[in-house]
Amino acid sequence: MFRPEGDGNGHGKGPGEPIPQPITTNGGPKVGVYVCHCGLNIAGTVDVAAVVAFASTLPNVTVARDYKFMCSDPGQELIEQDLRDGLVNRVVVASCSPLMHEMTFRRATAAGGQSPFYFQMASIREQVSWVVADGEDATEKAKALVAGAVRRVALHEYLEPRTAEVRPEVMIVGGGIAGIHAALTLADAGKHVYLVERESTIGGHMAKFDKTFPTLDCAACILTPKMSQVRSHPNITLWTYSDVVGVEGYTGDFTVRVRRRPRYVREDLCTGCLACIDACVHKQGKYTDEWNEGLSKRKPIYIPFPQATPALVVVDPEACIWFKTGKCPRPCIDACERDAFDFEQTETFEEVKVGAIVLATGFKTFDASRMPEYGYGLYPNVYTSLEVERLLNAAGPTSGEIELRDGTRPKVVGIIHCVGSRDAKHNLYCSRVCCMYSLKLAHMVKERTGAEVYNFYIDMRTPGKGYEEFYDKILKEGVHMVRGRVAGVTDEAASREEEGHLVIRAEDTLIGSVRRIPVDMVILAVGIEPQPDAQDVRRMFNISCGAEGFFTERHPKLAPVSTFTDGVFLAGACQGPKDIPDTVAQAGAAAAEALAMVDRGFVMLEASTAFIDPAVCAGCHTCVALCPFGAISFDRERKVAVVNEVVCKGCGVCAGACPSGAAQQHLFTDEEIFAEIEGVLAYV
Amino acid sequence: MSETAREPVEAAVPAGTPAPFDPKIVAFFCNWCTYTAADLAGISRLKYASNVRVVRLMCSGRVDPQFVLAAFREGADGVLIGGCHPGDCHYQEGNYNALRRFELLRRMLRQFGIEDERVRLEWISASEGDRVQTVCNEMAEQVRALGPLRLGTVAKAEGEPAAPAPRAELVGQVTS
Repeated sequence: MFRPEGDGNGHGKGPGEPIPQPITTNGGPKVGVYVCHCGLNIAGTVDVAAVVAFASTLPNVTVARDYKFMCSDPGQELIEQDLRDGLVNRVVVASCSPLMHEMTFRRATAAGGQSPFYFQMASIREQVSWVVADGEDATEKAKALVAGAVRRVALHEYLEPRTAEVRPEVMIVGGGIAGIHAALTLADAGKHVYLVERESTIGGHMAKFDKTFPTLDCAACILTPKMSQVRSHPNITLWTYSDVVGVEGYTGDFTVRVRRRPRYVREDLCTGCLACIDACVHKQGKYTDEWNEGLSKRKPIYIPFPQATPALVVVDPEACIWFKTGKCPRPCIDACERDAFDFEQTETFEEVKVGAIVLATGFKTFDASRMPEYGYGLYPNVYTSLEVERLLNAAGPTSGEIELRDGTRPKVVGIIHCVGSRDAKHNLYCSRVCCMYSLKLAHMVKERTGAEVYNFYIDMRTPGKGYEEFYDKILKEGVHMVRGRVAGVTDEAASREEEGHLVIRAEDTLIGSVRRIPVDMVILAVGIEPQPDAQDVRRMFNISCGAEGFFTERHPKLAPVSTFTDGVFLAGACQGPKDIPDTVAQAGAAAAEALAMVDRGFVMLEASTAFIDPAVCAGCHTCVALCPFGAISFDRERKVAVVNEVVCKGCGVCAGACPSGAAQQHLFTDEEIFAEIEGVLAYV
Repeated sequence: MSETAREPVEAAVPAGTPAPFDPKIVAFFCNWCTYTAADLAGISRLKYASNVRVVRLMCSGRVDPQFVLAAFREGADGVLIGGCHPGDCHYQEGNYNALRRFELLRRMLRQFGIEDERVRLEWISASEGDRVQTVCNEMAEQVRALGPLRLGTVAKAEGEPAAPAPRAELVGQVTS
């Protein structure tokens, strides 16, 4: 009896188990049809009894039943019992989408003693009851799909589940808090981790913050120890200033190509003493400091922030006089005691093999200049929230002082929520963090400057442990809350007291009137958006994005960190806006899923690989050229094409193109598909 | 709501005429994009024409032109093929193969007298559940306007009569 333990994904027994031969069908297929009510999800629209009655008249059907929840234990037991009793040897379940429960029922079929592939699913929920308004139409469509499945399953061939080895190494792309946490979790479990970060330091957005809500603990205090752990961990290879440029291979055996951009400083020699920065011919910073959101200037040789990890300086060739003119005495070289400079450095490439990949590529903030009504870029004292985070940070451009551009302290500050979020013109979704960080900024600004702070909000969203309490605390501190979307920010004074100030015009929906509030500083609570290159990244890793551009998880509830590409997992805000606690929780989950996969050491492969019948193959080479994975080679001796099943990913392109019908795809053979077409059309 | 999606079609038939023609449409959807989008349409409870019967394939590149011919032969009035957007194929380039074959196929179908409007290739990504609704509704209306494709009856008449189907031995209702 074939009985793999665990689910059909292969969680459970190892390879090498003897696979028993199928039960002799003794006179052909006996198909059992099991129609699921799914509570009222299906039965509320589809006449389940009619579908069962119809199914019982179909060729080869020996058993037709219905049950409230086929996916439940007793539901599966029905199938297993009928298989064990010899009443059926093929199974059709008419229920939800195969993407939902195909594995469940394959497992049940196997538990009943049959090949898990003697099973076919008819989706009468996603394809029928949820999308067809009329009950009669729905029942007819359900019958058609059941007929298609019954005809096809009778032709299913006996297949053995195949496994492939999984390499133990894991790659993590993105070194923000998500990537850091996932890397440490996996490395602590004894797996080798490659952590690739695009910037010259890990830390991501969190490293830019001063305090974190709602506990107001300092971001650096909780983040930098983890950063240095990453740096020193024996199981972590850290590649900063690097990008992934290519991914090949498949689940369990990916080959990842990483480009390492030149820093012009040797990583193995630089100690981060920063003597070179002091020695640079530029006595003052002259170039935009990206780390400080452009609020300060840096030299051509710089380190983003004091605790940057790794603590290595970077030379910006766009700014450095030596690269621009070739004429510079280069005092930096003399200042370096370790002789770490290498102005001849070029980009290098690393190629590594990994079993699993965790994507933690993060987010970008909404570009506030896309909403000109708020005056960002027009009025100097309109800031984004991320800029204010840098102002508040002791390592930032003002050493933690909240200052206006002219160096004075603001007396009145207005914080505008939902900039770019919950807005049909920009992003419809809620960015989830802005309410909370706006409250945090209100508290910090008030604490540092004593200014009056106005928060303009649509709704306050504070779901989270301690979040509502934090809101309550901020209210008690005397922060003014104005409920209503801000119409605009202007410097045109309408009265004497508005002169010399920025004026926020907003509807206060709680008192039912339009207000004009003069302020000195405006903070725009910009929302979270996907990284600008999220589309390129998803193509490279062969995963998908939702309409808003965040990476799509395999299932929003049941597989929230998996993707449709096995072995690629998601962590953090690349999957959708989330705060630090949720990001860390998700990163831990992604690490655990990746660990479960690489630690087991093997994965079950898709059964739907291609095969070529050498007796039929005419040797035309069509398939050889078409296969995108190079899985088909030509056997010159026999003059036929041959599929390498380990490399084949089971798309079936070769089978679709083969002029003689020699190339076929397991579970999707021409006969099976023809039978399904006949079934869905000729069911009555 | 979208539950009314079918109504314009039915309302267009004047009262007193015989039962309106209800086309049969076979759809070949790829597992990764369009089939997932159809699932999303379901999860979002988007109602659309019930005429479309989906056959799931792993990739639109698996669609053998014979499948389309078989569908027409077996009585389909229209065929819809759904794949991933260009550049998004789960198998890198299967959808391009589908596109190339589709153009040739359509040219051949024209020679058979099968109108262009009866076959459609559409790129629908996993997040475009509403697109599944739109395309299926459009397809149903389009084919309804063309009327039935009589090919099926001719082909069927030539075939041998179908063997009587064996009855099921056991039909039971199980309640929990």
